[in-house]
Formats: sequence, C-alpha cells, structure tokens
Amino acid sequence: MRLLILGCGRVGATLANIMIKDGHEVTVIDLNSEAFERLGSNFGGVTVVGDGTDEDVLMRAGIEDAKAFAAVTNGDNRNILAAQIAKHIFGVQKVICRIYDPIRQETYNALGLESISPTVVGAKLIKTALIDDAPRTKSAVQSIAEGRAVPHATVPEKPLTTPEATEEKH
Amino acid sequence: MYIVIGGGGQVGYYLAKGLIEQGHEVVLLEKDSRRVERLAEELSNSIVRGDACEARTLAEVGTSRANLVIAVTGDDEDNLVICQVAKARFHVATTIARVNNPRNEGLFRKLGIDVIVSPTQSILHMIEAQLPHHTLVPLMTLTNAGLGLVELTVPPTSPAAGKTVRSMTLPNSVNLALIVRGDTNLTPTGDTVILPEDHIFALVTAEGELSLRERLLNESAAR
Repeated sequence: MRLLILGCGRVGATLANIMIKDGHEVTVIDLNSEAFERLGSNFGGVTVVGDGTDEDVLMRAGIEDAKAFAAVTNGDNRNILAAQIAKHIFGVQKVICRIYDPIRQETYNALGLESISPTVVGAKLIKTALIDDAPRTKSAVQSIAEGRAVPHATVPEKPLTTPEATEEKH
Repeated sequence: MYIVIGGGGQVGYYLAKGLIEQGHEVVLLEKDSRRVERLAEELSNSIVRGDACEARTLAEVGTSRANLVIAVTGDDEDNLVICQVAKARFHVATTIARVNNPRNEGLFRKLGIDVIVSPTQSILHMIEAQLPHHTLVPLMTLTNAGLGLVELTVPPTSPAAGKTVRSMTLPNSVNLALIVRGDTNLTPTGDTVILPEDHIFALVTAEGELSLRERLLNESAAR
C-alpha cells in the first residue's frame, strides 16, 4: 500500500518505520528537513520537504496514487486542513487525522473525518494502568514505560497534553 | 445582528469597529493577550481573549445565538476550523472565511463555508487591472448568483472593434454593464459601436466569460 504521512515528529517517524517494516511504500512530508533525522539512517521510504497543506506539495509527494494518508503534525488545525484536502480534493480512500483537542476530535468524527485524539486515548490508558489491579505477569504501567504496544492502542506521544499547549505549529 | 469574529489582526479589528458603528452586536476573539489589551481601549467589551477554534470559547461568547461567524486570522487552517466548528456545533446560519492561499478556496466551498474571501486573489486581480497590456481581468465573484464581474480592454486587433454590440450576437450569459471610453461612461445598447481601447465591464457566467473572450479577444480557450 502507498501511504503518505504528514509530520515527521515522533509519531510520524515511528509510524513510517512500522509501515516500511510491514512492506508498505511510505512517503513522509515535513516543513523542516532536520525532522527526517528521526527516521534513522536506513529509512527505506521517501522524504519530501514542504507545507503539507499545499496541494502542489502533496502532488509532489504523490498523493494522487496514495491509498492512505495520516496527518500527524503537532497542529490540530493543520492536520484537519491537510486531511480534508486529502479526502475531498484528492479522494484518498483512507484518511486519518490526529487531533489533540477532544472536543474538536468529536466534532470532526461527527463530520465524517476519521480522527484520533491522543489526549483521550492516553488518559484512558493511564487510567487503566492506575486502577486495573487484575493479576497479570507485567503491569500496564510497565508496558507503557517500556514503550510496548498496549492492546487496542499504541503508546501515545504526549498522553496528557492539554489542548491549549498543543496549538504551536510544528 | 449578533456577529462573532475570530482573529484580532488588522482585518478583524477594522471589521469589528465598522460593524459596531453600523449598530451590530459584535464579539472579537483574539488569542494574544497583549493584542487584546491594546484593542480593549478602542473596543472595550467587544473584545474577548480566547481561541476561536475552541468550542469552549465559542460557547462562552454565546455563539449559538450568533447570526454570523467571520474568521479572519492569518492562517487558513484556523479559519476553516472556526467556521466548521461554528456550523457543526453551534448551527450558525452563515459563516464567512478569509483564505490566504487561493488554492484553498475550492476546498472551503466544498466543506460548506458560505462566503469565501480571498485577499491574495483580489490584490493580484487589482494589480493585474492596472498593468498596461491587460486583457480580461476578473474583478469580483458573486458566488450565489454564479456570476463574475470582469473588466476587459478591447485590443486594436479585436474581431469586435468597429462593430455594434448587436452584431456580436452575445449569448445571455454575457451582460455588458458599462463601457468606459476615455473620460466618458456609456451604457451599452445594441447600437453601441465597440472601439479599440474601450474598457468594458461585464457580468458573466463561467461559460459567458469564454464567449466574451472568443468574440472580443479572439481567444478560443481560457488563459
């Protein structure tokens, strides 16, 4: 599958490497070329420097042939704009958008834009880790601390970030 | 009318001031507290510190009873979110957004923003209209009517030069509104003769623009 990832922060870079390992074709877009250092020196995908809310940049990154698009920059609104361009202008089949602000995420889910709020997912995971005393070989807290995948969700980048603190653009 | 404006830059500030003078109830939302302090002297209660993209902020200023929400920040993504949240969560009847990147105009329209204002595009057209050898310049778009106001200068080589308006057999999608010839303004009739260097203002549909180009500029396709 051909996948476009917008934003090469920790989530974008980790996602890119996981998808490459699974045999997908990956292109990562970021405004800042230094961000691609997070991908590691052996990255097997393509990197594009540019503004991912600009149609020309998206075309340069091959959005017209992409089967999936993930918007994971640090800016909620940037992700929302880029994801809607991917969905409504280029007709990408699978579009996922990261939105920190839970209320905004709810609004856009209702509008039909598939989105994930790391704030909500992270808080729920931590809550489970804190109060779930069911016996298990390793506690959820340990799994999170070790950066392991937890069932039903991946370990979020900034679990308890408040919506206000996330307005900065990447 | 109750109007909520997002973004207290120059555009937001002068817009709020003008609307207040016209007697409207206005709230201007601005994120930056120093900017809010500065504008408060002039706008007093009509300026509120807060992020217009946040549903909570919009709820605090009573957006559900707003007749109109206008988003004029410098960032297209913020303007889009302000309008979409206003519509989806607060059922605001009319939203107006400023787009800075003209490429976003189509997307905003598709996503249901009611009125889209593109300053970049307008400035480009205004400059273009001042260039000596311009031919056809779109001056204004009347989105709801599906019409555009265009200006064109008749070149000496125009197939219409020296002919009457009637003999050009323009379709209904072209409405010649005004001819500016030197210092005089003419309201065109069927008998008006088109001369080189005439400035013609016309209301056209997209289709009409093509026939106008064809009949007056001898262009068969769009630029």
